[in-house]
Amino acid sequence: MDIDELLRAPLRVVNVGLERFTRDLHDQGVPVIEVDWSPSAGGDERLRELLSKLGS
Amino acid sequence: MLADRIEKANREAVERIFAGDPVLLDVRPAADVIAGLEDRVVLHAGPPIAWEAMCGPLRGAIAGAAVLEGWAKDLAEAERLAGSGALAFHPNHHFDAVGPMTGITTRTMPVMVFENRAFGNRAYITVNEGLGKVMRFGGNDEEVLARLRWIASDLGPAMGQAIRSLGGIPLKPIVAKGLAMGDEMHQRNVACTGLTVRAIAPALARTMGEAGKLATILEFVSGNDQFFLNIAMGMAKALMDPVRGIEGCSIVTAMSRNGTDFGVRVSATGDEWFTAPVEMPQGLYFPGFDEVDANPDIGDSTIVETVGLGGFAMAAAPAVAGFVGAGGAAEAIAHTRAMYEITAARNPAWTLPALEFAGTPTGIDIRKVVETGVAPTINTGIAHREAGVGQVGAGIVRAPLACFVGALESFAATVGAT
Repeated sequence: MDIDELLRAPLRVVNVGLERFTRDLHDQGVPVIEVDWSPSAGGDERLRELLSKLGS
Repeated sequence: MLADRIEKANREAVERIFAGDPVLLDVRPAADVIAGLEDRVVLHAGPPIAWEAMCGPLRGAIAGAAVLEGWAKDLAEAERLAGSGALAFHPNHHFDAVGPMTGITTRTMPVMVFENRAFGNRAYITVNEGLGKVMRFGGNDEEVLARLRWIASDLGPAMGQAIRSLGGIPLKPIVAKGLAMGDEMHQRNVACTGLTVRAIAPALARTMGEAGKLATILEFVSGNDQFFLNIAMGMAKALMDPVRGIEGCSIVTAMSRNGTDFGVRVSATGDEWFTAPVEMPQGLYFPGFDEVDANPDIGDSTIVETVGLGGFAMAAAPAVAGFVGAGGAAEAIAHTRAMYEITAARNPAWTLPALEFAGTPTGIDIRKVVETGVAPTINTGIAHREAGVGQVGAGIVRAPLACFVGALESFAATVGAT
C-alpha cells in the first residue's frame, strides 16, 4: 500500500498503552483495538535489570 | 542457565500442587493435633505481629479467646492480660494451620484435620462459625463465645466422628464440582457447602444417637453459605505446603494478612515473610455501614488465592462479582484473565466453564507480578474496625506490590543473581 492510498483508506487503529488515545478515537467513530500495556516493572530500571538476570 | 533452573523449579512446584490429594480427615481439639500449641498461646492470621501493632478486631478476638479458654474472667481482664505479655502470639502458618479473618486458634477449639495423601503433610483450621457477629470478624460477646462452646462440645466431636467413619472426604472433586456450580471458594461457597452436607449427612445420621442434636448440626452447617470456606482454606494449605523450600523456585507458597501487614512467602526463600502495609478492600457494605467502619484487609484466607481459587477463579462465580461490588460476568472473567498473566500454569483438575474449561490460574510467580505490575486479586470479607462488631461487608483487595518487590530482591540474592 503506498502512502496516498493509506491516507485515503479508513483508519484502523491499534493503540498501545495510553487508553486516553483510544477513548478520543472511539468518540470520533474510529474503530480502535486497545492493547493494555505498561513498561516492564513500571519502568524501574533496577528491577528490570534484576528481572532480566532472573529470566523474566 | 539461571532462567532454566528457575523454570525447572517452578514446573516442579506446580506439578506438586497438581499431584496433591487433600482429604478432610478428622475434627479434633486443637491441642490434641497441633504440635506446640501450649496453654496461653494464641495463633492468629497473617505474618508475625506484636499486641501493640494489632488492629481492633484482632485484639477483640484475642480477648474473646482468652475468656473462652478461662485465662481471664472477662474481656477487660483479657485485654490487660494480652497487653501484659502473659500471652504468646504466633501466626497460624508457623503451626501448619490457617484461619479466616482474625484467624484465632487456641487449645480447646476444634480444628479440622487435612492430609495431603500424596505428600503426607497435614494442615489445620477451626470450624466456620457462621456469618455476622463471630470471632473471626472480631466478635467476642457471650453470644459469640456460647456458639464457640457449642462447636467444641457438639459440632466438632460429631463432625469428627462422622468424617472418621467415612475414612476421610477427598476434596479436589468437591472443588471441581463447585467451580462448575458457581463457587470460587472464597466469597462464594454455596455449592461446596451443599456438596459437603451431602457427603457428611448420612454419616452424621449413622454415628449420632440423638435426632434433635443431628437436626441442630445440620441446620447450622447448611444454614451457613460460607461453611466450606474453612475447608477450602485447610485444603489449600495442605496443597501449598509441599511447595515450600524448592531451590530456585519463585512461586508464592503463602499470602496472608494480620490487619496491619500483608505477608508473602516464596518457595526458594523458605519461611521468610515479605511484608508491606495492608490495603483497604473496595466493596459493598451491609445496610448501616460504610467505608469509615471498615478494618484494613485481614486473614489467612488468601491461601485460597495462592492455590488458584477465590479472586483467581472469579470467572466461575459471576454472582460473587456483584456481591463484592466488582461488576458482573465480564468483570469476573477479566479478573481471572489477569491472573493468568502472573501464574505459571493452569490446573487441569479445576476448570472454568465460562473460559471454555480452561484450568484455574495456578502458581503465582513473583517475577511475573513485579514485571507486569499486576497484583493478585483477592476476594474478601470486611470486618468492622472496632472489636466486637463483626462483618460489615465484602469486597476486593489487591496484594501490595511492595511485598513482591521485597520477595524478588531476596529471591535474587538466594539464587545468586544480584
